[in-house]
Amino acid sequence: MEFLTEHSPALIIALPLLAAFVIPLLGRAGAPLRDTFNVAILGFTAFLVAVLALDVYTGGTRVYTFGATVPEMAVPQGYMVPVRIMFEVDAISIFMALATTVVTIAAFIYSLQFLKGETGQERFYSLLMLLFVGMLGLELTGDMFNMFVFLEILSIAGAGLASYRVNMADAVEGGFKYIVISAVSALMVLFAIGILYAQYNLLSIAALAHNMQYNTLDMIALGLLAIAFVMKLAGVPLHMWAPDTYAVAPAGITPMIYTSSAASMYALYRVTFTLYGGAFDTGAIGWVVIILGVLSMFIGVMMAIHQTDIKRLMAYHAISQSGYMLLGVGVGLAVLTDPVALASYGRDAMNGGIFHIINNALYKGMLFLTAEAIFFRIGTRDLNRMGGLGHKMKWTAAFFIIGALAISGIPPFNGFASKLLIYESVFRFNPLLSVIAMFVSLVTLASFTKVFYSAFTGAEMPSLGQVREVPKSMLIGMGVLAVCIIFFSIFPGLVVDAIVAPATDALIDQASYINGVMGAVP
Amino acid sequence: MVFGYGYAVWAPIVWLIAIVVLSVIALIWRSRGQKSYKKGTAQTDVFISGVKVPPEELRHVKAENVYWGFFEALKDFYNGMMKPHTGIVNDYILWFVAVSVITVLILVLAR
Repeated sequence: MEFLTEHSPALIIALPLLAAFVIPLLGRAGAPLRDTFNVAILGFTAFLVAVLALDVYTGGTRVYTFGATVPEMAVPQGYMVPVRIMFEVDAISIFMALATTVVTIAAFIYSLQFLKGETGQERFYSLLMLLFVGMLGLELTGDMFNMFVFLEILSIAGAGLASYRVNMADAVEGGFKYIVISAVSALMVLFAIGILYAQYNLLSIAALAHNMQYNTLDMIALGLLAIAFVMKLAGVPLHMWAPDTYAVAPAGITPMIYTSSAASMYALYRVTFTLYGGAFDTGAIGWVVIILGVLSMFIGVMMAIHQTDIKRLMAYHAISQSGYMLLGVGVGLAVLTDPVALASYGRDAMNGGIFHIINNALYKGMLFLTAEAIFFRIGTRDLNRMGGLGHKMKWTAAFFIIGALAISGIPPFNGFASKLLIYESVFRFNPLLSVIAMFVSLVTLASFTKVFYSAFTGAEMPSLGQVREVPKSMLIGMGVLAVCIIFFSIFPGLVVDAIVAPATDALIDQASYINGVMGAVP
Repeated sequence: MVFGYGYAVWAPIVWLIAIVVLSVIALIWRSRGQKSYKKGTAQTDVFISGVKVPPEELRHVKAENVYWGFFEALKDFYNGMMKPHTGIVNDYILWFVAVSVITVLILVLAR
């Protein structure tokens, strides 16, 4: 057990990475063996994430240096700076890893029946594992260059999965758009890393933060990094790829690509708080994040309610919900150098934004799965051609209701708890922002009422007479997320105290992150 | 179960109890309603001022017609919103370049 705890950061990445290359071989021996192997790998990786989470929450930040005699020793003897590849896992990293793992497991279970009879399943599961690796690596790494590498892994795997249904032209187009915007974003990230490396000769986030001069070149690098990650997380006005990609990705993959956007949001937070926090006045970048957040919330929801394609509608809602996270954390960033404002409302705003990340991963993921369940049975995403599905797809309708109420911020669901935190704390910063956030929630409810009415209510359509409920594994996939939503709804205080507040504090406490690596340096 | 962050206290269990109590009251109220009507007769048919009512499946309002008035009132807003959503990936990259330039300028000037 001690071995597992010590090496869990490396094993969490190594196992699914290895599995990604073994799956095509196992697939030749038959689907049951391949699926059993996938379940074992995902289950064991989830166990390791839980072990690491327990370790981080009880023992503080974990540093894992690859190739070092003692993994905790980030700076080799005789050196002044870290030179090896390393992971630095603090409360925000592990918070994101937990959210990623839950969504991946649900997506995998859901995909088992959804893909039955489809060709190319080995490639599908290989790419799914690589996407999982990309997200986890991005969240755990303590090194800027590896952040770029994992960003590339998740982008390439995501594009492959988005265009999995190659017989559909729009799927290929969606995958193509995703890889183009991902490649451009990643290039900008690489360029920014190059600017920093040229100046400081460092790649470790902690070491860079320790030596940051906040000069003009650093500001250029910050701008490039921030906007590249905003593009990847589909913040308005850089959101236009998201509906094109989310709408065409196969079941299970849309929630994962959406979760990978949340991983990009984590990267944005890591750069703005940890890399550039400290002595730098973060007011300007805080306001940039707030403005992008408000635009994402408002334009996302207004575009969503106008849609008649159920997955495009949900994709625009995903953009809108990202706005809440940007708004909450943006307010914390804007007042980061003002201790009174930070203690008074900035920390609560950040708690709200970060709590919303995991809430949204759960209910948005489930809503995407319900949309795919409908597509699975009736073969269309067009709401105009739906009606009365609630008669036959009772479980799907129930899961949809839970997700729709949660995303609309209706009490007692978890979406209400995180939005309440955001409304109250952002109101202290600027009341107008809070009013906009509440208006967006109202339009969200109206939009999901439209979907529920159009798809599930009314008489059974003669053309949909043969429709029946989706297979059990798909229901279990949705059920896993529904159970998490209900738990988070009933115990919001427990969740915030246990995993959200430590994540917020980890972001705010830049010194602790730096000391985790540089502590031994005189 | 009590959520004490922010400036108010949020207790989901109180809300759940309130929902259960209200649901019970609503069900009791409903059970005391009129029971003597005859199902399957004109008493339960839809009546629209004598106009012939179409079959049930044709009465379902299409999604594109839901909130018609809202979209009609905001027609100009939506026309403006649709223009940048060209679906062309080159335009997406142009937006990226424009936002990057503006952000870098803000950060450099605010330094």
